[in-house]
Amino acid sequence: MTTGVGLKNKEEIIEQFKAKAIWVVLVALMIGFSIANKRFLSLNNLLTIGRQVSMYGIASIGMTFVILIAGIDLSTGSIITIVNVVCAYLMVYCGCSIPVAILISMAMATGIGFLNGALVSIIGIPAIIATFATQIIFKGAAYLICGGVPIFGFDERFKVIGQGYILGIPVPVIIMALCFVVGWFILEKTYFGRYFYAVGGNEEAAELSGIKVGNTKFLIYTLAGFFAGLAGIVMLSRTNSAQPTAGLGYEFDVITCVVLGGVSITGGFGKMSGVVAGVLIIGVLTNGMVLLNINTYMQYIVKGIVLILAVGFDCYQKKNQEL
Amino acid sequence: MSEYVLELQHIVKSYPGVLALNDVSIKLKKGQILGLIGENGAGKSTLIKTCSGAVIPTKGKIVVNGKEFSRMTPQLARENGIAIIYQEFNNVKGLSAAENLFLGNPIKKNKWVIDKKAMEKEAAKSFAQLNIKIDPSELCGNLTVGYQQMIEIAKAIRLDAKVLIMDEPSAPLTNKEVKSMMKVCKLLQSRGVAIIYISHRLEEIFELSSEIVVLRDGQYIDTLITKESTVDELIHLMVGRELKEKFPPRKEHPISDEIALKLNHLSGNGDTDINVEIHRGEVLGIGGLVGAGRTELAQMIFGDAPIDSGEMTFFGKSIHPRCPKEAIELGIALVPEDRKRHGAILHNSINHNMNMPIYDHYSTLSKIDEAKEKEITERYIKELHIKTPSKNQLVKNLSGGNQQKVILGKWLAAQSQLIILDEPTRGIDVGAKYEIYKIINQLVAQNKTIILISSEMEELIGMSDRIIVFAEGVITGELQKDQFNQNAIMKLASKC
Repeated sequence: MTTGVGLKNKEEIIEQFKAKAIWVVLVALMIGFSIANKRFLSLNNLLTIGRQVSMYGIASIGMTFVILIAGIDLSTGSIITIVNVVCAYLMVYCGCSIPVAILISMAMATGIGFLNGALVSIIGIPAIIATFATQIIFKGAAYLICGGVPIFGFDERFKVIGQGYILGIPVPVIIMALCFVVGWFILEKTYFGRYFYAVGGNEEAAELSGIKVGNTKFLIYTLAGFFAGLAGIVMLSRTNSAQPTAGLGYEFDVITCVVLGGVSITGGFGKMSGVVAGVLIIGVLTNGMVLLNINTYMQYIVKGIVLILAVGFDCYQKKNQEL
Repeated sequence: MSEYVLELQHIVKSYPGVLALNDVSIKLKKGQILGLIGENGAGKSTLIKTCSGAVIPTKGKIVVNGKEFSRMTPQLARENGIAIIYQEFNNVKGLSAAENLFLGNPIKKNKWVIDKKAMEKEAAKSFAQLNIKIDPSELCGNLTVGYQQMIEIAKAIRLDAKVLIMDEPSAPLTNKEVKSMMKVCKLLQSRGVAIIYISHRLEEIFELSSEIVVLRDGQYIDTLITKESTVDELIHLMVGRELKEKFPPRKEHPISDEIALKLNHLSGNGDTDINVEIHRGEVLGIGGLVGAGRTELAQMIFGDAPIDSGEMTFFGKSIHPRCPKEAIELGIALVPEDRKRHGAILHNSINHNMNMPIYDHYSTLSKIDEAKEKEITERYIKELHIKTPSKNQLVKNLSGGNQQKVILGKWLAAQSQLIILDEPTRGIDVGAKYEIYKIINQLVAQNKTIILISSEMEELIGMSDRIIVFAEGVITGELQKDQFNQNAIMKLASKC
């Protein structure tokens, strides 16, 4: 009867270590960069980092849910792109007001998430293929809509979302913070959060405990579409011009943030607070490397290595546990 | 050269807290078919795994053709002519019969290129030797289970196996396939191959074997000459213990006339024409061998498997649960056989596991009422005496018995009226078993209805008010309390 009861086992210790380690890494990076370049710790630069990561942060909330149930969403970048293009098209060519354009393009993003959910949960296509297919489809659709050329010339007021400040804090950072609070609330305070962890932990047992696993997946991919769409709106307002390549490859940065934040790629584990740290690390890393004049191609290499380290640590300790 | 091709001498295998095999010895002569029988958990599989190297004996010796080994490895077993046909086959469905036969050891044209033609030619020869008709170029996935098994046998023979160990070879086969498989066994025997044949179906053992070894609870019980033994004698040796004070006394409770669940010509999920009525407050035991269709019935009642035809009535109302959630809302619960895979979400806390089915009952706009959540969990931790430092403990850190209690607590919290227990005490220690039995008594005292599926006959007899027995997807008999007896159940279960 004494087996394990009351004792923390290795896995929990590792989980806790990971949760703390990531903040340590963040602080270490910040110290490192501030020594290397004095400008790094300036308020101005810190706010810049905040603005830069806001889109990753917003999109990462949906991705966190998806990865929690051991799924994946490769369509994030294309959703961001098509929201850019559609919202801009509506404002510039259809004379839609800002709220209407935002509403329609957000509905579209959520709809794409819903489609992903249907493909994964009703038809049963593996998530990696289903969302890869929608990624390609909506990449093509975005080009078709804008004809391959940027759309610009929006109402000045639209800039507020991505470039405005409230009490000295950039609006996109406020939006990101609100999204994280919503994400945390869903995970910790609603039964949907409990369902997500249950489905990620053991799909069969979850179903037999009365969770409709299919519906849960549906909801998660739809939410992922919604958050990716919101990231798209923020991006459009920041850049003030819709590019057909706006969100290209975004999903990989977002996935990196999430797994770096300690969400297990095999599902079932992870906290919203960890993802916040993951997003900040990627932001600090990118910004710091730019300040140090490390060239773009080198940055790719560093980010790839960071991804391997983050997932590698998680998988390696799981693998050893099974032996 | 020894008289015996394979001898297992005084094999002991102990796991922490469990003695899986205790001083088991068997001997196998050239060209002999030896039957190996015993209840589930008697140690048959563990014993044969020591021959393949999958299990390393704690003590004892394995002697192959006079060569002594303290342990086997898969490599050593192959080199010494020992082959095992497991219940799960190791074939690749996307490759042809011939390619499967040469899996891992293909005929090659040169260093890089395999010679498909030559393999098919050789395979045809191998199959012909065993009198089996398989087109060597046919994809393995297109062959019936029976033929897939034949490929496994042919593979063993090709590797020059002198000893063939077959673990429940007839379990997945149809009657016709069993006949041809037994024919192949006899053919191999006539060529001097020795076979250890494990089966629950005593008729097969009687037809094939010359001697029968009986195991029980990891102990060697006896070796019988097949010709001189009877079914009753074997069953007695297999189950052979007296009922001890293992079961808590149940207060006499009058079983209500009200029918909780009625199954009317229910078919589907491998079961055919199931008719049964279960009264409120009754413990209905379901006996039978593994794979007899008991779990499959539970899945249908719980909405986890589709029903082909027939009707279910629950407290007078016709029901058609399409998913577990619908069954749960009706008041039906299932404690599944495989606790770790299906029962509990191991990496979640006791708190979450227990409330999972009912979160949506007491949440407002999906926000959980955490006070209520805590109250429910703490109530059932107390009521079921779950040993844990906190309600937030992860279920994986609990002992098997306590895990099972968490699952039971989940269904009590969900106010389930009918609770199906599928092998509820498998893999948990004796003390915890007793507590589970006490909980069952508590439940019927509260007028809940229990279906108890169990392969442990003592448990069935000790806990049930009535027992029905399954074999091959049909009910083969029903026993009232005064007719309870292990031999009778075993007979119904093995259709002897």
